[in-house]
Amino acid sequence: FGTMAGKVKWVTDIEKSVLINNFEKRGWIQVAENEDWNFYWMSVQTIRNVFSVETGYRLSDDQIVNHFPNHYELTRKDLMVKNIKRYRKELEKEGSPLAEKDENGKYIYLDFVPVTFMLPADYNLFVEEFRKNPSSTWIMKPCGKAQGKGIFLINKLSQIKKWSRDSKTSSFVSQSSKEAYVISLYINNPLLIGGKKFDLRLYVLVSTYRPLRCYMYKLGFCRFCTVKYTPSTSELDNMFVHLTNVAIQKHGDDYNHIHGGKWTVSNLRLYLESTRGKEVTNKLFDEIHWIIVQSLKAVAPVMNNDKHCFECYGYDIIIDDKLKPWLIEVNASPSLTSSTANDRILKYNLINDTLNIAVPNGEIPDCKWNKSPPKEVLGNYEVLYDEEMAQSDGPERDPRGRSGQSTGAKGSRARDLGKPVLTTWK
Amino acid sequence: AMLDPDRGLSLTIARVVQRLQGSSLHSQLERQARVSLHKPEIKLESLKEDIKDFLKTSGWEKKLQNAVYSELNVFPLPCHPAAPPEHIKEPLAYMRKAQGSWEKRILKSLNSMCTELSIPLAQKRPVSEQKELLNKWNEMGTDEPDLSLFRPVYAPKDFLEVLMNLRNPNYENGEQPSFRNHLGLIQVPLKVKDISELKEDFSELGLNIGQLGIDDSAQVPPEFFENEHVRVGQKVLAEEDSAAAQQYVRQGCPTAFRADLWALILNISNQPEDILYYEQLKSNVIQHDLLVDSLIYKDVKLTASNDDYYFVFEDYLYQVLLCFSRDTSVLEHFTYSSATPPKSYIQGKLGMEEYAVFYPPNVNYNSFILSVAPLCFLYHEPSKLYQVFREMYVRFFFRLHSISSHPSGIVSLCLLFETLLQTHLPQLFYHLREIGAQPLRISFKWMVRAFSGYLATDQLLLLWDRILGYNSLEILAVLAAAVFAFRAVNLMEVTSLAAAEAVLADLSTLKVMPLLQIFLFATVT
Repeated sequence: FGTMAGKVKWVTDIEKSVLINNFEKRGWIQVAENEDWNFYWMSVQTIRNVFSVETGYRLSDDQIVNHFPNHYELTRKDLMVKNIKRYRKELEKEGSPLAEKDENGKYIYLDFVPVTFMLPADYNLFVEEFRKNPSSTWIMKPCGKAQGKGIFLINKLSQIKKWSRDSKTSSFVSQSSKEAYVISLYINNPLLIGGKKFDLRLYVLVSTYRPLRCYMYKLGFCRFCTVKYTPSTSELDNMFVHLTNVAIQKHGDDYNHIHGGKWTVSNLRLYLESTRGKEVTNKLFDEIHWIIVQSLKAVAPVMNNDKHCFECYGYDIIIDDKLKPWLIEVNASPSLTSSTANDRILKYNLINDTLNIAVPNGEIPDCKWNKSPPKEVLGNYEVLYDEEMAQSDGPERDPRGRSGQSTGAKGSRARDLGKPVLTTWK
Repeated sequence: AMLDPDRGLSLTIARVVQRLQGSSLHSQLERQARVSLHKPEIKLESLKEDIKDFLKTSGWEKKLQNAVYSELNVFPLPCHPAAPPEHIKEPLAYMRKAQGSWEKRILKSLNSMCTELSIPLAQKRPVSEQKELLNKWNEMGTDEPDLSLFRPVYAPKDFLEVLMNLRNPNYENGEQPSFRNHLGLIQVPLKVKDISELKEDFSELGLNIGQLGIDDSAQVPPEFFENEHVRVGQKVLAEEDSAAAQQYVRQGCPTAFRADLWALILNISNQPEDILYYEQLKSNVIQHDLLVDSLIYKDVKLTASNDDYYFVFEDYLYQVLLCFSRDTSVLEHFTYSSATPPKSYIQGKLGMEEYAVFYPPNVNYNSFILSVAPLCFLYHEPSKLYQVFREMYVRFFFRLHSISSHPSGIVSLCLLFETLLQTHLPQLFYHLREIGAQPLRISFKWMVRAFSGYLATDQLLLLWDRILGYNSLEILAVLAAAVFAFRAVNLMEVTSLAAAEAVLADLSTLKVMPLLQIFLFATVT
């Protein structure tokens, strides 16, 4: 009986080999949901049930799950925007230098989400903004869906007549989360490489929100559109041009199964350094780290910082042709499906490194531990922000350490960007 | 007969002068000199000296220096004045003959493909087709024409077979074969360097000298080497000195400077007339359809589209290669290449020179494609990308596709590789040979593609820094041997060619500079 007693018992409702292989290689034991389990990798539907008031699920100290109960504060498009707007207003009220605005009234450091409105609730506000730039393009996204489902582009008010009607009907019209949309200003000047549009997928692991401790996976990737990007209006309906979700690209004629239209972030870095120079490239990557941390800080106050929880998010970021990064959305359940062999390896390693941090030594967890893993187990993760460390130490030259050669470039070193917060991460 | 050094020098000078006369640089210099007459510091009494000084301070002398340096780099030293032009192409008769036969084979294959498919080698495009092509010039990658009937003209292993069968008819090796003889695939007695000569040639790669690719890794504080190297790089670029740049890149280029440094070494200015020339080539492509276009198209689809790094640049590759096959200025390099381009004429215009198109000797575009693709990481302006590629081709890459005795030619590289391996890893060499896995069979494809498509892009660019820095391709053979040395332990355990191939299938994690340094300077000889 001795050998079984100390083994982690796991459950999952996501049948993906990258997960299961990782559990098995640790010698963990698979059990059913209604049995005693230590580790449950759940889908977002399941987490809703686990923490819902009705079921009254109480997790014990030796149980860990892979989602925070109200992760949707970050991962639902409308709530993410709402929280970031609230966060900015709060900083402004405090007189924080982070909330500084420029002469046009735009936040200098915190303008990283494209202008967004909720529909139908903010329809009139949206129309006001739309009329300021009648030639602009906007992207409609359903709040509750993923994988690019239900997304479409508009450049005329007539295309969203339905939401105008909905906003005018009486207030009891149910705004179930299935009907709600966000409409965001479409970034129509994306940075193009080889004439193609792409977005960045970065993985961020959060082990605790208060104090905030998060890690960024060094091996993120760029997802390219298979068709040449054109902002021309006739192509608005061609989703292959505009959307970079692999789920959509996979069905395009040009989708290639060997590389799946992906580049590593280190490739991107090499390309940008070679064609644009080192300073602007470093600045871009610093800004990307910045906006990720700010988005987490924005939701930290409202997050249920349940100690049984950790979460690995998939951040989607678009870079425009002025090398400014924009946060498009955050995914609570980044896809664990692999489109190519390289992809499979990447996701396998991602889960492996995530588990090494979340479940120390692969042993039965104790949710009361301090959630401070030693540096050696980070694998391909690097510390993105550690609130505790940032507050206890003075300004450090290089609080995040350098990434290894595998990224093809050094991790960021503290650079004086004129923003005191970045160099000290306080 | 040995050429008297003074005679050689004056011949070289004469040739350089002849080549630069009438060039656009020449007319610019004349114009500058004329403009300077208006300046107060130019005095009639000391006219010549004053103009010379002016040209020096305004940077024009440096431009002339760079042009001369470029000429000296590219063109070989003249041999005896009485030597016929073939000797500049290739001094050894049996090599010339072999190259000629190879070319005939290729042309025959091309012609039979034309006949089979009833497609002419070259024809004028109907206007509607021209318009269509112009419209999709920037996205030719989205086309899906039926290319199933086009087959590659030859594979690298076909070329290797030809090289293996090269024999010098004047050389009689009467000795019994013994392990002291060369046991590799190449059986011609060309002179190749040994390790001590390589150590001297590549002295800047020594253990005591800082290198990008080694001394800029995350664990090394930048104060040790990197910061200073970057500072020197900035100076070199500011001075616009080709020779200094060439010396500098031997220790590697900082990524942000690489594009400019390479352009400086290759003496590429991207003047308006260069851009115009590129546009003209583009219009040639639009107007005329060549059989090789389909071959290019097919090869890009097969190679670059499936590459993890290069797929993004697929469209650029079509543009560059289609233009390249119509670029008659490339013909100049055939004076010093052993190859002679097969010529064809637009259908219906036989014999009319303005309708001539030539076929580069290597119509297997696989290697071309892979030599363009890495450049897309550096240059995103089509005309500049084109010029850099063309210059890299006429300086270096053409030697990988033709049969010659030149030290950077593919034959010499193969022999150098085999000799290095046999001399320094005799056990490994013998073992591989015994199991039917002649090392060259595996490394040939690496060298013939200058490692493009095998190394990670950042490593490839560090390797090509040294090709430019040393103006030689010999480093490809040294790296190939270093890779075998690195994986020697695993290779000693394999028992078949397939298993050996598997051990060496994935080079994408290799760091080239440490491998080269260890092989050259830290291996017991």
